[in-house]
Amino acid sequence: MKFAVIVFPGSNCDRDMHYAVKDVLGAEAEFVWYEDECDLEKYDGILIPGGFSYGDYLRSGAIAATAEIMEQVKEQAEKGKPVLGVCNGFQILTEAGLLPGALMRNKDLSFICRNQRLVVENNETMFTSQYGKGQVVQFPIAHGEGNYFCDEDTLAELKRNNQIVFTYESNPNGSVENIAGIVNKEGNVLGMMPHPERAVDKWLGSEDGIRLFQSILENWRKTYVAN
Amino acid sequence: MKKKVKVYVSLKQGVLDPQGKTIESSLHSLGFKEAANVRVGKVIEFEIAESADLENQIHDMCKKLLANPVMEDYRFEVEEVVRP
Repeated sequence: MKFAVIVFPGSNCDRDMHYAVKDVLGAEAEFVWYEDECDLEKYDGILIPGGFSYGDYLRSGAIAATAEIMEQVKEQAEKGKPVLGVCNGFQILTEAGLLPGALMRNKDLSFICRNQRLVVENNETMFTSQYGKGQVVQFPIAHGEGNYFCDEDTLAELKRNNQIVFTYESNPNGSVENIAGIVNKEGNVLGMMPHPERAVDKWLGSEDGIRLFQSILENWRKTYVAN
Repeated sequence: MKKKVKVYVSLKQGVLDPQGKTIESSLHSLGFKEAANVRVGKVIEFEIAESADLENQIHDMCKKLLANPVMEDYRFEVEEVVRP
């Protein structure tokens, strides 16, 4: 399985993401600079890393969401390929309209950087099948704008379709319903504020993130690799 | 003819504005106790060629980029360009 790690000016978790899928998971991974000529068709999964693309100008993720490469990301998402956006990647996915809602300033305005306990609300996605339902995992969070917001109709729809994948055990940033991560209706685009790619080794404080990447790989094998 | 456009973007009513709340409490501590419901927004200015479709164009820009309709409202003014 081959992953593309999309790199924007200001991305800073791209190497962590690359390390997680290449060195830890053992899959193939390549960096894709946002303005290089590249056909995303040749990748099996797309990873949009965290950071501060374009210095968070206008709104976090807003400028990156207008980059041409995002059109390709949309096409690949429509084909059902796994797309994972973490932190700024989540912000970019909401700004690009691939996921509903928006990420606002944290409720208490502070930038929060710490380990955070999360609950796996939905373990029936291609990203979480290796977790138990209700399992508590620990990933780091590091964001100033992770306060997930959506209107009531959207929230009802997220619940109805089981799109809420991760919630915070205790709410750090004011997100509605403690939401830490959601998938699209089709289940192949996941956006989340916490960093699974920084929780892939014991010496990092947690290796709970490995199962997320293993889930993607396992589901890809089930779908595309003949037994 | 060029026009000057000023777009005002603010958080929707009902959406918590922690920055506004913080500024409000600072105003209060400076003695400006009357200040209430402080909200923070942004102003984006640009110049653009006049056209019959200008208003629609600006609405389009606001919806696609300048404001995020999930959490923000916008309004705009179109003025003559005044050179100093």
